[in-house]
Amino acid sequence: MSMDLRSKAAVAGVGLYGLGEAPGETHMEIMARAVKAALDDAGVALAEVDGLFTTNMNNLLAGPSVAEYLGIVPRVTDATNFGGSAFVAYLQSATMAIATGLCEVALICYGSNQRTASGKLHSPVEPQPYEAPYKPRNPITAYALATARHMHDFGTTRRDLAEVAVSMRDWAQLNPDAFLRDPLSVDEVLAARMVADPLSVRDCCLVTDGGGAVVLVSEARARTLRKAPVWVRGFGVAHTHKSIMEMPELTISPAAISGPLAFDMAGVTPKDIDIVELYDAFTINPILFMEDLGFCPKGQGGRFFTEGHSRPGGRLPVNTNGGGLSCTHPGMYGVFTIIEAVQQLRGEAGARQVSDCALALVHGNGGTLASQATGILGLER
Amino acid sequence: MTDFPNGPDAQFRQFLAEGRFMLQLCGACGRHVFAPRVLCKHCGSDRLDWVAASGRATVHAATVVRQKPEKGGDYLYALMDLAEGVRMISTVVGTPPDAVRIGDRLRAEIDDTPRVVFRKEGAA
Ligand SMILES: [Zn+2]
Repeated sequence: MSMDLRSKAAVAGVGLYGLGEAPGETHMEIMARAVKAALDDAGVALAEVDGLFTTNMNNLLAGPSVAEYLGIVPRVTDATNFGGSAFVAYLQSATMAIATGLCEVALICYGSNQRTASGKLHSPVEPQPYEAPYKPRNPITAYALATARHMHDFGTTRRDLAEVAVSMRDWAQLNPDAFLRDPLSVDEVLAARMVADPLSVRDCCLVTDGGGAVVLVSEARARTLRKAPVWVRGFGVAHTHKSIMEMPELTISPAAISGPLAFDMAGVTPKDIDIVELYDAFTINPILFMEDLGFCPKGQGGRFFTEGHSRPGGRLPVNTNGGGLSCTHPGMYGVFTIIEAVQQLRGEAGARQVSDCALALVHGNGGTLASQATGILGLER
Repeated sequence: MTDFPNGPDAQFRQFLAEGRFMLQLCGACGRHVFAPRVLCKHCGSDRLDWVAASGRATVHAATVVRQKPEKGGDYLYALMDLAEGVRMISTVVGTPPDAVRIGDRLRAEIDDTPRVVFRKEGAA
């Protein structure tokens, strides 16, 4: 019998900094300002942090680098680089550390200056000897292959993909922190420059700067907070491949594994979820993830978005901040799914606030649909 | 000093240089694996033997990467289902990139790189 990890940790605070453009600041500076915001939000001192959960696109040894910069000596560090899903995956390792008493205050943090530093999506340089001879443009070529296969198998269309992009933009228009807030139409997405068929430039996430941080605390510490804690009800982490070549099925992501793990732990089902915050690196992602996480049948993800359920006023809001497609995407987006969910659950989301919001699903994606992490956050324990 | 043989990765490349497209077949479970490796990804056995690939494949998924003519123009990047039950990233020669479809039947050949490429069955 394994240990019950449901609601053994709670989010005490969240912080954002430098979404969009933060010229003249390093990734570490952006991250540290987000950390400060999260600590202030939690009412916790930096010196109380005894668990560190971090990775980034700049530091090979992210754990020591970030701890050194913050001036902390954590009892527990997890700097596993799962790609952009890492920060949602850290809900698992941080809760494990807290539940076993190894730490009491866990800090999840990330920062990047990739927009103002290079203007390009920064990808780690690692030889891919069985892809390189054919000139991949990772990550987009891998996602384009999965998209093409989804269209072939289920009749998903470019219009369905465009509806995903428009849904994200509709939410971004309600979010003052979002990078792109102009109205966007399906026809504009369809007319956008093609990058790798069937994906156009409007099917791709943004390249921005930005930092985010989340403070998790033990159940005992959660009782002393000035704000209501947001409980980590459940989580699941899974990865099935690294190269798209070895993905078992192009149309079934490991979210089909991580999702059920999270729901089982939380003791809830997809019907109970009020909002979904997921990693939309490309427009195919939300379609795949809504299917794999059980919100609609396999093959019906495009229809879910085309019918408008995800939009403001819809029955199941998705990416209420505007997502990686329209709000922010500083290389790794995962941490922002948690931050937006917490702001919504606390009723702090301003014009984009979803009413009656008590249970949120957050979902991170890493690599080429490779690593997936799901978390379920709730106001009730 | 022990004389270690080349690993599967180098062996695959060596075969290619000799004009041979080879795959690993597991002596324990009878399944093929790709990319080349030391342990069978299906059963964990280290009894992986090289066998000649049949060269028969179909397109599993394909994308046309859009690129300006001065940078080399559009090209096809595709995932092939090999008859042996493994998938391989490659491209299709002898057919315009826009004319390749999922399910197209292909035959492998080795180009000057050398790398494994595919040609549509019946195409020149
Ligand atoms: Zn085997």
